[in-house]
Amino acid sequence: MAEGGLEVRGLRHTFNPGTQQEVQALQGVDLAIAPGEFVVVLGTNGSGKSTLLSAIAGTFRVQRGDILLGGDRINDWPEHRRARRIGRVFQNPFHGTASDLTVAENLALAETREHRSSLRPALSAARLTEIHDQIQQFDLGLENRLQTPMGALSGGQRLALTLLMATIVRPELLLLDEHTAALDPRSEEQVLRVTTQVIRRHRLTTLMVTHSLPQAVRVGDRIVMLHRGRVASEFSGVKKRLLRVQDLLDRFDQFRATELLDDSAAEMLRRAYV
Amino acid sequence: MNLLVGALTVGLILALMTVGVFIAYRVLDSLDLTADGAFGLGAAVAGVLLVHRVDAFLATAAGTIAGALAGTTTGLLHTRLRVSLLLAGILTTTALYSITLYIMGGGDLSLAPTHTLVNVAEEMGQDLMAGAGTLTLFGTPITARNWLGFLFTFLLVASVVEVINAFFRTNLGLAMRATGDNPRMARALGVNVPATQVFGLTLANGLIALSGAVFAQYLGFVNIQLGAGILVAGLASLMIGETVLGKRGVGRRIGGAVVGAVIYRLLVAGALRAGLDPNALKLVTALLVLAALVVPALWRQRVTRQRATEALSRG
Repeated sequence: MAEGGLEVRGLRHTFNPGTQQEVQALQGVDLAIAPGEFVVVLGTNGSGKSTLLSAIAGTFRVQRGDILLGGDRINDWPEHRRARRIGRVFQNPFHGTASDLTVAENLALAETREHRSSLRPALSAARLTEIHDQIQQFDLGLENRLQTPMGALSGGQRLALTLLMATIVRPELLLLDEHTAALDPRSEEQVLRVTTQVIRRHRLTTLMVTHSLPQAVRVGDRIVMLHRGRVASEFSGVKKRLLRVQDLLDRFDQFRATELLDDSAAEMLRRAYV
Repeated sequence: MNLLVGALTVGLILALMTVGVFIAYRVLDSLDLTADGAFGLGAAVAGVLLVHRVDAFLATAAGTIAGALAGTTTGLLHTRLRVSLLLAGILTTTALYSITLYIMGGGDLSLAPTHTLVNVAEEMGQDLMAGAGTLTLFGTPITARNWLGFLFTFLLVASVVEVINAFFRTNLGLAMRATGDNPRMARALGVNVPATQVFGLTLANGLIALSGAVFAQYLGFVNIQLGAGILVAGLASLMIGETVLGKRGVGRRIGGAVVGAVIYRLLVAGALRAGLDPNALKLVTALLVLAALVVPALWRQRVTRQRATEALSRG
């Protein structure tokens, strides 16, 4: 069960510093997620939302700031070590699964993340039964295709299985990186349904990045809006529950407006709006 | 007939090398060029130890371990020192040329006066099947040395294949397959990708060196050129195997590597017998691999173009 939660303090990162391609991706992100809380991250392109997820997952080491998971500072942990405690679902359904391995083998790999290096057979009869039951709970009709190579499944199916793989051993933190963005509307609906189901059932501490405003309004306990590498706005509690897509659009327009004006005008605008 | 049995035996010996190439190229998806060096190193280490009257099994094991360490070296150069894998393999193989020369104390080493695995196979055969002599098959006699050598090699390859096959179904084996298939996914599931790569290259080159060690004993000599071009022969075998048995399922693919190696050797033996200049062998092999790579791609292109034209003409 989730305990400890996630805390991110003063996260800063600049890609290609000192060059023409310099990008100040994170400019002091502060964010705390309580155990069992489901936070949705919104942001414009280049606001740093995917960078934030990669920083937490350990795809790169951040230059400044702290990342605390369940009280442990994980800044210097390599990605694979963090992965034992963090589940991840990518936007591209092909990124989260291995196509040459069968469905059962993919799931077995996810299930053994704690004891990776053992020479025990990965697919014992007991494990196969367990995998079968786990997939059945997902209600996707895939439980009879355990021996099918992952490559033979559709994007939606592979994505749903990635979600199962990320959560089959309860992670302390679940990271969802625009995981429904590449799907057709029908699969998107299905995957989103399964997502909320799994998160609620196991009370998973979750950080979900999306660019779908309707999605952000529908799911999660709190919305965090990133802009220019910083947390620019938040909606939680009653405010989150009453939120409409239009409110989010307005807030985005506000960000854009401030960007076009000089600082003093921006300050005026801020006073007028906030 | 003796020639056929000989070709089959060599095919099986080189099948061990092909399985190694399979692990590096197909399972790990790594362009590892250590193979030529590891093959020769395995042969040299085993050969020198045999000359120093070390037990044939121990000498073979030592050759295997030496080749495995060559694989480890390439792997560490790549993962720790961030040298590209291609270059790391070239560096290791180049260095191994000198190292192998030092080990052998020259470019040639005769194993004639030593007690090799071939002798062991013969003796075991005589012990188990009292007085096993010349076997007559389809009216032609096959010497005991030949068919016992074949039987021994067959059992060796079968057990190695069985172990490798079982390994790929363990937790660690699965992690290795995932590493080659989708490293991003492997990392996200807690696999230590660099360590797995190093281990995979160690395993692959160990098998390649084992193949070299056994091959030298079969030939009765070691030559510094023994490993030259072995990787391309392995790739050719691998592709033949994939054409025959397909690319589905890891067990089937390992079987394909073995079958491919045997077919490749039979083709080579046949071509040489039909009068192919032995000097042209590597050229022909290289062209074969090139054809195996290019022809299917051209074929697919053609089919796609044909379909497009058909679709257009149908409006």
